[in-house]
Amino acid sequence: MNEEITSLIREDGLRLDGRGLHELRPISMRTGVLDRADGSCYLTWGNNKIICAVYGPRELHPKHLAQPDKAIVRVEYRLATFSVGERKSPAPRRREYELSKILTESINNVLFLEKFPNGTIDLFITVLDADGGTRCAALTAASLGLADAGIPMRGIVTGCAVGKVDGKIVVDLSDIEDKEGKGDMPVAMIFNTGELTLLQCDGTFTPEEVEEGLKLSKTAIGQIYQMQRKALLAKYSQIEEHLDELDEEEE
Amino acid sequence: MRSEEIISSLERRYLTDLLAKGERMDNRGFWESRPIQIIPNVIKKAEGSAMVKWGDTVVLAGVKTQLGSPFPDTPNNGVITVNLELSPISSPSFESGPPGPDAIEMARIVDRGIRESKVVPLSDPKLCVIPEKTVWILFVDIYILDDGGNLIDASALAAMVALANTRIQKVLVDEETEEVTLLDETEPLPRKGCVASLTYAKINDIIVYDPNLIEDRGKIARFSVAITNEGLVCSMQKGESGVFLEEEILTILEKASERVKELITLIEENSQVTELREMFQFDF
Repeated sequence: MNEEITSLIREDGLRLDGRGLHELRPISMRTGVLDRADGSCYLTWGNNKIICAVYGPRELHPKHLAQPDKAIVRVEYRLATFSVGERKSPAPRRREYELSKILTESINNVLFLEKFPNGTIDLFITVLDADGGTRCAALTAASLGLADAGIPMRGIVTGCAVGKVDGKIVVDLSDIEDKEGKGDMPVAMIFNTGELTLLQCDGTFTPEEVEEGLKLSKTAIGQIYQMQRKALLAKYSQIEEHLDELDEEEE
Repeated sequence: MRSEEIISSLERRYLTDLLAKGERMDNRGFWESRPIQIIPNVIKKAEGSAMVKWGDTVVLAGVKTQLGSPFPDTPNNGVITVNLELSPISSPSFESGPPGPDAIEMARIVDRGIRESKVVPLSDPKLCVIPEKTVWILFVDIYILDDGGNLIDASALAAMVALANTRIQKVLVDEETEEVTLLDETEPLPRKGCVASLTYAKINDIIVYDPNLIEDRGKIARFSVAITNEGLVCSMQKGESGVFLEEEILTILEKASERVKELITLIEENSQVTELREMFQFDF
């Protein structure tokens, strides 16, 4: 970064990209985008672009990983080489391994794994264009991919980061706020039950700020959860419309 | 949804019986292509990118540029590398991990078409910042997102369109200290013409253009040829263990020389797009 960034909040109280402190970036989601995967989701969140493919429950290879009483979940989170400023080597880095693990542990809680002993559910998530907050966006897309694959779930996991910028707690950090701000706190929860499935942070927060952050993230996650519902319903209303058209043609 | 890598004998018979009658499973003629949709410039962080949907196949290619050292034998030339990933996203039978022989072969076929056609003139002075020291390095990365057959042509098209939309940063060189400053201003990557790949599959003794997934599985041999806008053949690759006869290759070359013109037009129509396009326009 050549220029020193003095303030991430403008004089009019808005953020650099013109958002209010508690405002989300534009988000759109679509399920069933891939032909070969059992379930899939394409999600854009600001300038983040994420694609997720889900396979399973399916037979597990290698066999020694199998658990006789339940299915295992494998999440692979990857950054495309061209998704970041300087080209990333195609081989996964430590960050991608850690995030894959964290995402697995965040999503397997909503699945009825005991129904599929010895099997596996595989999620492949690739960030095609990265702009801050990819892990929360990845989780949000992963839930939709699982639902699209028709895998039974007891809830939908939704993620959204909050963070500290110029001493204020803000919702949904952009890339620059993430890098230049004072702290980043990714949160994911099952909105219906309020259970947290992912919580991390870097930077510094007072306990009161953590409390405020959690409260703000819950509100934001509620909004995103509604979008997820809509995206899932959209797929079926499309099928319904298509059936209606077919009916009309027959008449 | 198909989860098996192997074609069932029933499906193979259906495929070959149809071909014997002069028909294809998707009602195409033997030399006919599936529909192609291109969205150029879809990735903000990439210096050039393109999404291609070719039949059911979906491919995303991105170009990143960075300054680096030239190869010792071509000290004044830019460098281009093509990398291709058969991502597990695209098929239940692909596994994650470093590229295997299939992915590497495809990457090299795409690479050869681009390199030998000299569509990116690597010796262009714009790609050489300080002779023998600093040149532009172009990374072309191809991600297969949905495997619907004929990955080579779709990958080559995505890579070519991504390059046709790539912009490199202007640079300022201090003559004395040889210090390089990157400017915010960008200019189009030098390009001379374009190239497209055309792949033919041989199933029993019948040859078809642009094999779909099942034809890809049922083929005994494959032939890919890259042809430039000037009609020059710049790369060929025969694949799989089946064989071709001389007259078969000549027929293919004749058909390919006609078909390539349509692909070249498609590439030119989708080049030099400056605004960022939205992938949602895409009919996944």
